[in-house]
Amino acid sequence: MSAEPLLVVDNIVKRFETPEGTLTAVEGISFNVAPGEFVAVIGPSGCGKSTLFNIIGGLLDEYEGQVSVAGETLRGPHPSIGMIFQEESTFPWRTVIDNVAFPLEIAGMAKAERLEKARHFVELVGLDGFERRYPSELSGGMRQRVSMARTLASQPKILLMDEPFAALDEQTRLLLGDKVLQIQQDLKQTTLLITHNLTEAVQLSDRILVMTYRPGRTKRMVEIKLPRPRSSEIVGSDAFGHYVAQIWSDLREEASKGLKDDEARRGGARRA
Amino acid sequence: MTTGAATRRRLVWQQLVPIAFGVACLIAVIALLEVLIRAGVINRFIVPTPLDIAGSFGRLIREEHVGERFLLTCYEALGASLLLTVFGIAFGVLLHRLRLVRLATETWIAAMASAPLVLMYPLFLVIFGRSALTIIMMGFVSALPPVILKTLEGLSSTRPVLINVGRSFKLTPSQLYWKILFPSALPTIFVGVRLGMIFALINIVGVEFLINFGGLGQLVNELSERYDLPGTYAAICFVILVSVVFFVVTERIEKWLRPGA
Repeated sequence: MSAEPLLVVDNIVKRFETPEGTLTAVEGISFNVAPGEFVAVIGPSGCGKSTLFNIIGGLLDEYEGQVSVAGETLRGPHPSIGMIFQEESTFPWRTVIDNVAFPLEIAGMAKAERLEKARHFVELVGLDGFERRYPSELSGGMRQRVSMARTLASQPKILLMDEPFAALDEQTRLLLGDKVLQIQQDLKQTTLLITHNLTEAVQLSDRILVMTYRPGRTKRMVEIKLPRPRSSEIVGSDAFGHYVAQIWSDLREEASKGLKDDEARRGGARRA
Repeated sequence: MTTGAATRRRLVWQQLVPIAFGVACLIAVIALLEVLIRAGVINRFIVPTPLDIAGSFGRLIREEHVGERFLLTCYEALGASLLLTVFGIAFGVLLHRLRLVRLATETWIAAMASAPLVLMYPLFLVIFGRSALTIIMMGFVSALPPVILKTLEGLSSTRPVLINVGRSFKLTPSQLYWKILFPSALPTIFVGVRLGMIFALINIVGVEFLINFGGLGQLVNELSERYDLPGTYAAICFVILVSVVFFVVTERIEKWLRPGA
């Protein structure tokens, strides 16, 4: 990518104080995301992906290094970054349309205008006809689409997603991946996806940053040269399988370390 | 169209059947009581028959001015409820915001919830006189702890992801409170308000009974002293009616304030 990067993550180090001592969650993570680019960050559980998500989203402070958006250093949540969370995050007391209109309401937009605009984003995520429903009346996948529409309604320059489909079944996940691809292609939306799902990362991304197990460091940046526009049908292609195998060979060693560490901790806890 | 009408009919049935079942159970219990009392299994000098109780409703309305007493108890309960809602929620919000105050007072407030504050009525009589205000204040003070504690619990248990959504949209602290924390906490706050209203009504009727001033509590006192058991039980039914009215009203307010729950 030759364009000026929109997002620059520069040498991020984050340490947490725990009863067992200092825990380094991420160490020396650096990468750029160009306008319109789709980058995924993948790594085993416990590698600091969510910590990185919170740092880039401005929800965590007191870290070393620097995050900048369009040349502006990040200090807290930035209006150019829209976040989609792993957990279900719709407001249960608001209808679909009112959920989506939320950021526009906060921005002080007049009611008629914001509802009109929100309707557009509801349609974009394929939920037209469900505007007056409450989240409790929707499926998990639909609720996640409401969250996505709500974030898109704030028209962020960068869409930051933390395993948004983690709680969904594989088929719904692939179909929602199609929806994300379509939106990303329609809006030319710069997107950073944090995930532990190999298929999802390869299906959606232009580049994938593979992280090591704790402390989370950059293991490798993989460029995905699959043709665009893409859809979930690509998962059956040889090239797709090749990328998945390539990334898994990197990830396998790190995931094994994570598993061993987890088992050792559980064993220690049982003995104690 | 036919499918739509059938679905609507099914939904109406789904709502009506539990109500009908509840009413049928109530009638069955009343009928069983009637039979047990008439058969002598339950002493009718302690528990009058439901038919005797029903027969005394007209007498209470005509001779004992139960309508006025009902309204007075409702007025006292409403006054106490408004006070405990405003001050209880405000104090709960204050405790949520000020950690030091919360740590210093939470245990005391919890202890206050189980204290028999009704015994302080002589002090309230000295301060406010023998008036409805004393009864309102007694109801208010004794019902305050559950509202404070439930408000605090509701605000504290707001899902962190919702707060993070608010932060990601750069909400001001006040917007975060009014747009996210408060609506999220409303169901728990309403549990506190309903509990508070029960506490308040018990204390209001209790103090009316003790100081023999106005309302349904005084009526229960007078009728029991006259050993008019059917009348006493009928008066208690009016107390239950006050409770039901307040419960239904708060439920409606909650649905209006927090739809989609």
